[in-house]
Amino acid sequence: MRIFDPHIHMTSRTTDDYEAMYAAGVRALVEPSFWLGQPRTSPASFYDYFDSLLGWEPFRAAQHGIAHHCTLALNPKEANDPRCTPVLDELPRYLVKDGVVAVGEIGYDSMTPAEDAALAAQLQLAADHGLPALVHTPHRDKLAGLRRTLDVVGESALPPDRVLVDHLNETTVKEAKDSGCWLGFSVYPDTKMDEERMVAILRAYGPEKVLVNSAADWGRSDPLKTRKVGDLMRAEGFTEDEVDLVLWRNPVAFYGLSGRLELDLDADDTAATATHEGNSILRGAPAAAPAER
Amino acid sequence: MLTVTELRAAVEQRLDETGRAWLDGALTDAATSEPRPDAPGPARWELDFASAGRHVRTPATGRPVTADRPGPDGLGPVDLPDAARVLILHAARADAPTVARLYAHGTGAERRAVLRALPHLGLFAGADAVPLVEDALRTNDTRLVAAAVGPYAARHLSPHSWRQAVLKCLFTGVPLSAVADWERRARGDGELGRMLGDYARERTAAGRPVPGDLDRVLAMTRALPGAPRALTREES
Repeated sequence: MRIFDPHIHMTSRTTDDYEAMYAAGVRALVEPSFWLGQPRTSPASFYDYFDSLLGWEPFRAAQHGIAHHCTLALNPKEANDPRCTPVLDELPRYLVKDGVVAVGEIGYDSMTPAEDAALAAQLQLAADHGLPALVHTPHRDKLAGLRRTLDVVGESALPPDRVLVDHLNETTVKEAKDSGCWLGFSVYPDTKMDEERMVAILRAYGPEKVLVNSAADWGRSDPLKTRKVGDLMRAEGFTEDEVDLVLWRNPVAFYGLSGRLELDLDADDTAATATHEGNSILRGAPAAAPAER
Repeated sequence: MLTVTELRAAVEQRLDETGRAWLDGALTDAATSEPRPDAPGPARWELDFASAGRHVRTPATGRPVTADRPGPDGLGPVDLPDAARVLILHAARADAPTVARLYAHGTGAERRAVLRALPHLGLFAGADAVPLVEDALRTNDTRLVAAAVGPYAARHLSPHSWRQAVLKCLFTGVPLSAVADWERRARGDGELGRMLGDYARERTAAGRPVPGDLDRVLAMTRALPGAPRALTREES
């Protein structure tokens, strides 16, 4: 089983996690920039963090045989702190980098006017740089948050098929699917989704455009939840091809919209992949993006 | 080390038509760029420097990229973006402040390319870029460490920094072949010999193997300064 975790915060994880993830079949991941648990008070702290997501962390992942890409943004929580908002002006310098495959994670935390402004500005940045966007839905007041998110996406220059709406659940999946966005589900030990409910949603709504992630971070979370969902899908009668669609081909297709996905797998993995899609899909579909030269 | 002309030929040979056209455009842009102190944002060629990795790729063959070995010129497929960035920096005649800025704002791959470009740039004769090399040597990213110990480090690093760099390479598994001109600098260096001896004893005391490259450097530190070469280039 080959696995692409489309949302995991490896900065907060150990080398034991990398080893266990590789053993479970994880060969690629995307690390969205996010809130580090301790609020930052200056833009420079963000730049060091972004540099780390484009330097040290990909090196660490490569040492364990896992391809690392990232999404960069000012997260919604810290968008409320005027000391941090200058990050928005500096983001274009980062969004041209090779390892950046989307703008994210953006979205709402408390649904404030400052969050409105940051979300709209960063959807525009995504459109300007030929990147898709990873938009999370708020933990509190989720359905209202989803509707407001979809409204802002609808008003933006970014078409819904270049947007991944994340942290969905039973209450938000239908409206998100109807919007034409990609559908992200975070599987957690206690909160968000669990394996059984995830499989039930896959049965009800189908595997098309569905991405499953562990969203593992510094909190109680499990970087092997992707594999556990794959195992349960098989046990519950889904085919290997459907598991591969959800755990590999959908994330490759979504982040491949950037045209920047580089997946150098070892020979066995790549041979297996070639029988599915041919090698070119590994590098991402050519983006329907503005010409870069 | 390949000359810039040889490097460009080696890169172009591996690209398809789209990649060659992109590289040609990027190098023309870089070569014709003028200083623009008052212009907002980065110059066109600096954006090309940043995005080179997704434009300069080995054409998809259906074979895994990692299975391709470097050619006789020493350039492997994974080196292509590095080489393209080196060519862009050379075409732009990047000076010391420019490479310092690009390094500071660079991804791991961009920083590596800046370090690899140093011997090809006009700044090679001066020591202005030493802080970049020292920064890279402080990291634990072995790809950066290997790029840092090239000809620029051989020429400009102080004896203390250079000895620490050699020890770090042995420590982190960067092969001696990455350390430019090590025979000349290590020859008759008693202090380096002492450091290597201490390191070998520490490894042995812990029951761990001593890196194979260590003995070769140690032997060179015991050679007399100015004495005939202890190893020929073919042996090293």
